[in-house]
Amino acid sequence: MADPIFIAVAALTVGTAIIALEARELIYGAVALAISLLGIAGFFLLLDAPFVAMFQIAVYVGAVAVLIIFTVMLVRTQALFTTKEDKKRKGAGIALMLIIMASLGALMLSSGLNGQFGNFGGSQTVNFTQIGQLMVTYYAPALIIMGLTLAGAVIAALALARREDVEQQHERAD
Amino acid sequence: MRLRAERMWSNNMSELIDFLIVSLVLVAIGIYGLVAKRNAIRMLFSIEIIVNAANLVLVAFSRGLLNAQGQTVALFSIAIAAAEVAVGLGLIIVAYRLYKEIDVAEFRSMRG
Repeated sequence: MADPIFIAVAALTVGTAIIALEARELIYGAVALAISLLGIAGFFLLLDAPFVAMFQIAVYVGAVAVLIIFTVMLVRTQALFTTKEDKKRKGAGIALMLIIMASLGALMLSSGLNGQFGNFGGSQTVNFTQIGQLMVTYYAPALIIMGLTLAGAVIAALALARREDVEQQHERAD
Repeated sequence: MRLRAERMWSNNMSELIDFLIVSLVLVAIGIYGLVAKRNAIRMLFSIEIIVNAANLVLVAFSRGLLNAQGQTVALFSIAIAAAEVAVGLGLIIVAYRLYKEIDVAEFRSMRG
């Protein structure tokens, strides 16, 4: 069986993921999502990947969660609170969720992954210097393309969110 | 005493399948959110949950196979997901300005 820390982190992550989708107010949902992402970082620590865990905390909890919370505050109107819920859609969603869990879960449990797998739980771990070496050798082109993609995405987001009417007012004032 | 505690700890060590099952539950929750919710920001939450479940599987297999490539790809995936959130929120803000609404069923002008 799994160790108690694992069970605690799993309960935190899954519980806050459900709260993120089901909370009445969107801002509480955003905070719950941030806690869920922290739980994923905890899993990375349990898997002896501290570098990925720190990256996850810095990028997701530090940037993405704050971005989402600011957007929720910007869009905060009556529209957010009147949730038009379709009972049929909700039933279909829960049914699909259960079907996916049952079928893929049965598949996983019957596969060879159940039980001891490779070096799992051994004392030997991946060193983060290996990650750095991979990033500047084999994955160097991918790293460059990722940087360009990030820059493009940020510029695109700025261009999308720009308000032309306000800018024209400023120009007239000048 | 300490040795025994350590041995008990290693007996209780979680297996790969535990992480896979947590990841499967997170993916199922995310798909439920995508199907059942009509709020654009909540759909973005669902996508984030699914991406994180995928990252969890990558790192878990990286631990099992003692291969650094899984963690490297997980780092790339985290960065791309951050870019995706930035663009997604920009689109939601534009749609909100146009429709005064973030319910995806109300975005009518591109409906087929």
